[in-house]
Amino acid sequence: MTAAGFLLFLLPLAGLVVRAPWGQVGQELVAPETATALGLSIFCSVTATTIALVLGIPVALVLFRTTGTLRSVLRALTTLPMVLPPVVGGVALLLAFGRRGLVGAPLYQLFGVQIPFTTAAAVIAETFVAMPFLVIAVEGGLRALDVRYEEAARALGASSWKVFARVTLPLLRPAIFSGSVLCWARALGEFGATITFAGNLPGRTQTVPLAVYVALETKPEGAIVLSLILLAVSLAILIGLRDRWLGEP
Amino acid sequence: MSLRADIQVNRDGFVLDVELTASPGETVAVLGPNGAGKTTLLRALAGLIPIRGHVELEGEVLDDSRTRTHVPTEERRVGLVFQDHVLFPHMTVLKNVAFGLRRDASATARAWLERSGLGEKAGTMPRALSGGQAQRVALLRTLVTDPRLLLLDEPLSALDVSIRAEVRRELSRQLTGFKGVRILVTHDPLEAMALADRLLVLEQGKIVQDGSPGEVTARPRSRFVADLAGVNLLRGDGRGDHIELDGGEILTTPESGGGRVFAVIHPRAVALYLARPEGTPRNVWRATAEDLDLQGERVRVRLSGPVPLVAEVTPAAVRDLHLDSGADVWVAVKATEISVYPA
Repeated sequence: MTAAGFLLFLLPLAGLVVRAPWGQVGQELVAPETATALGLSIFCSVTATTIALVLGIPVALVLFRTTGTLRSVLRALTTLPMVLPPVVGGVALLLAFGRRGLVGAPLYQLFGVQIPFTTAAAVIAETFVAMPFLVIAVEGGLRALDVRYEEAARALGASSWKVFARVTLPLLRPAIFSGSVLCWARALGEFGATITFAGNLPGRTQTVPLAVYVALETKPEGAIVLSLILLAVSLAILIGLRDRWLGEP
Repeated sequence: MSLRADIQVNRDGFVLDVELTASPGETVAVLGPNGAGKTTLLRALAGLIPIRGHVELEGEVLDDSRTRTHVPTEERRVGLVFQDHVLFPHMTVLKNVAFGLRRDASATARAWLERSGLGEKAGTMPRALSGGQAQRVALLRTLVTDPRLLLLDEPLSALDVSIRAEVRRELSRQLTGFKGVRILVTHDPLEAMALADRLLVLEQGKIVQDGSPGEVTARPRSRFVADLAGVNLLRGDGRGDHIELDGGEILTTPESGGGRVFAVIHPRAVALYLARPEGTPRNVWRATAEDLDLQGERVRVRLSGPVPLVAEVTPAAVRDLHLDSGADVWVAVKATEISVYPA
């Protein structure tokens, strides 16, 4: 049974590596469609991670400070995107920010702004799906933090802001770092919410996972090369975070 | 009085109810067993937890539950030194010391470090310091902010026993140099005796004794103090020339007055015999030696019997009496060796 379990993990990877058109890798990498998709993917995932940092750290602080029912509600709300099928997330985003959506309708009528099927939509979709990873990592970091560092800082006369900026935040750095990497990796691999909410427009919303999906029909070698890139990125993250996140000695 | 505090804290069923006063230049040690509420008391004085009652420092009200006054920790100018120092691990020693300073922080911190002989550690990260150095940096980090009240939580107990004596001397010197009110909490009697001018004994959230270290140990009022003074403490009702102990036994004593009393018997004053002694001692019982503990030139014998006592005898006496765990002996205590005072 164990062997079967490991094989299930191993075989797809083996298939990818064995079938890879190694001779064409260089050529495929510099192909304009690949470069465009890769560039867009990096732009969207980095932007999504930045937004997640700006919005997610305050959310984590609030989650950490609240108690009782409110906390359970907030926690469920912020972690929902982790368990929600991404396609459903995409539909929900469409209903909120779409041209006839809750927020999208007034946006369109008042300012003529249209979010769906733009690069901004891809970024929003990725942020929506990936931010929970950051929030959970930072909240975990806050729980593991020894409150006495903050108490010592306060006793030394530091204002709340100074305590946060000079003590709490620096001590949270490892948690923020691993949270951002996980968040970024999730954003990079985002497919369902993006294709639903942002569409599949080359150069605007077609990120690498979407490009892989499309290329599989028309140009399998290209799909394999793009997949290998995503695989390499995932592996690099796993190895880089081994000590910090997976709790190995 | 510079510090006047009347503090009640109720936390998950644990009640701390303490009244204390302290003058500038005085080191007050709050001594008590683990779980007595010592750290809670310090945190209350530092303003880190809400209290019922009143705290006043140099005439300024820091806490008053009736007028809903609460000065937050960062505005109290209290120095808090933690047991394990709690230096900021991501800052150099210099940055740690400069943390609480506003103007010329770096230069001032460096000058303080130089003066304390820690100048060459300025660029070191806290994890590279020895326990003694970390303790000194933690104290320095607080002293540079010129606090009005210094609160120390078990300042030496995180240190290796081999360097404690040295750090204690150094700490004693630094404490003497600090002109404000100094409050130290500890469970280590040695630390309390060595550093304190006044001793408060805290047990189960209440202060059970208050006085100079000598006064406190001379007249223990609890098992904890009796143990640290190394004496037997008995409690009963005074009946003039004897005490009726709580166990029902009669203890002949010097004039004991009336009412509830404590009786203290030094272990040296407890004599052991193989047969019933015929003589002047008024208090004679049968007892069993429960266990023996060699301490230097003395053997402490824990006795069970109608009156549980500890006797202190010489190793020679142990040999001559063939004393061993489980041995039956006669115990005698001269009435004049018992000191009695009201409970």
